[in-house]
Amino acid sequence: MSVRDNASVMAAALNKKEISAVELTNQHYEQIAAVDKDVHAFLYLDKEGALAQAEAVDKKRAAGEKLSPLAGVPLALKDVMTQKGIPTTCGSKILEGWRPPYDSTVVTKLKNAGVIILGKTNMDEFAMGSSTENSAYGPTHNPWDLTRIPGGSGGGSSAALAAFEAPLAIGTDTGGSIRQPAAVTGTVGVKPTYGGVSRYGLVAFSSSLDQAGPCARTVLDTALLHQAIAGYDNKDSTSINQAVPDVVAAAKKLDVKGMKIGVVKQLAGDGYQKGVEDKFNEAVAELVKLGAEIVEVSCPNFEYALAAYYLIAPSECSSNLARFDSMRFGLRVGDDGVKSAEEVMNLTRQAGFGREVKRRIILGTYALSSGYYDAYYGSAQKVRTLIKQDFDAAFTKCDVLVSPTAPTTAFKIGEKSNDPLAMYLNDIATIPVNMAGIGGMSLPCGLAAEDNLPVGFQIMSPAMKDDRMYLVGGALEAALLSKWGKPILDFAPKLAGSK
Amino acid sequence: MAAISRDEVANLARLARITMSDDELDHLAGEMDVILGAVARVQEVASADVAPTSHPLAVNNVTREDVVLPSLTPSEALSGAPATDEGRFKVPQILGEE
Repeated sequence: MSVRDNASVMAAALNKKEISAVELTNQHYEQIAAVDKDVHAFLYLDKEGALAQAEAVDKKRAAGEKLSPLAGVPLALKDVMTQKGIPTTCGSKILEGWRPPYDSTVVTKLKNAGVIILGKTNMDEFAMGSSTENSAYGPTHNPWDLTRIPGGSGGGSSAALAAFEAPLAIGTDTGGSIRQPAAVTGTVGVKPTYGGVSRYGLVAFSSSLDQAGPCARTVLDTALLHQAIAGYDNKDSTSINQAVPDVVAAAKKLDVKGMKIGVVKQLAGDGYQKGVEDKFNEAVAELVKLGAEIVEVSCPNFEYALAAYYLIAPSECSSNLARFDSMRFGLRVGDDGVKSAEEVMNLTRQAGFGREVKRRIILGTYALSSGYYDAYYGSAQKVRTLIKQDFDAAFTKCDVLVSPTAPTTAFKIGEKSNDPLAMYLNDIATIPVNMAGIGGMSLPCGLAAEDNLPVGFQIMSPAMKDDRMYLVGGALEAALLSKWGKPILDFAPKLAGSK
Repeated sequence: MAAISRDEVANLARLARITMSDDELDHLAGEMDVILGAVARVQEVASADVAPTSHPLAVNNVTREDVVLPSLTPSEALSGAPATDEGRFKVPQILGEE
């Protein structure tokens, strides 16, 4: 058993008592100690809590209790999810040192499933960014090349997987923050249907777009984690009260014969790196070999999705982030007994928020202000309707849609940090999914010829048909694995001290 | 002509309760101008006959029976407060001296 094994392999070994959860947890902390000084995937490690959890799982197993499939398997938690008593910063100074008094529903479900939570992972501040450079605690480095970004906002979670610091991770995806990090690190990430996984305890950025989801190194592991965290929750008023699709069975089926797969015409061409398009096209050819039928579909309004997103998300964020007012929790600056609450609030938000967060709050405040509301926020909401209509029409012709996940492979740290618009373009292929509230997966489909860096393949499925992306993803992954002869992460250079 | 002036950005910062230095305002005004120019594209297709979508799900307000459920204790609720006094959140003065 090694930290390089997949979660399902670890789960099987635990089940056969070939290794204990405590031993497996310790192996992961050893790996973290060896590589995280270079990767910086974690903001906080809860070794004591994790080992106590692991010991409890081992005791239950020894007593012959029936355990859930992932019991004893370690996980990295994005720092936007509350975990009782554990610092939750969202990558922001404004929440430095805050220890939430409650568990998010995702954490409750993970704890009930016996999943071992190793620690909290780095992210762009309040999940705003595509590179993890917007973290107030310094960037995370891509394990494929430490000078490059691991994607964002969930770069800590994706890097932890790619560096074998954890076999499972939780991400959140508002415009691509699970899928784009997965794409640029050669890992798998799924944004479930909106409402499929509870948002209770997920610190809100843009409430109509935010969705928590599973991340792992294989499609099956991702499905197992999906199954563990999904389902109705009465603490989230937008939770869908329907049975969770059987994503695990779908991931294992490996049969796409006769399925109709739509290639989105608009998610290609200008702005897409050649090596990305080549690997994407090769993966589509693999699906044809497996018996799928390819349909070209046109979604003409997708070209407006990015513009609409950068009005809707900042608008909702300007409202959601009003709660960071220094009154009840978090940072407070300038409270000298003389200054008013409003002055203290102003100074706290100046000191506590980073540049990108301020930029989006100001943009959202503008888009929602009277006189501009109809032209900006109102128009963006209409574009949202048009994007949904494009998806609805496309799904009458095919079972799933596919595209590259991100237009390029991982870029250099610092390369785009002073150009917000260039940074926003990273999300061009992932945003439509969030606007429509449907499901999206990214899985690795090869290394770009130009730079030998991983390329992500995106699969989009209709709302509450999440099993379809696992079906296609599982089959494609198996075909690519037999073509490559080894998992994609085995092509990555080994980090110093890594297993 | 710029889509947004520095004074307008200063007013937005005031509305959003964020103190900003002159440097921050100068920088942000330039960036906002570029970003607004790009996002204004939504107006090209947002014609009057398209209905707006505010949310991906057609959900209605969710209610439940009015029964007491477990919730935070006062000390848990106050645990992250910057300042407390007699079991309450202590905040800076809200009303002026006069």
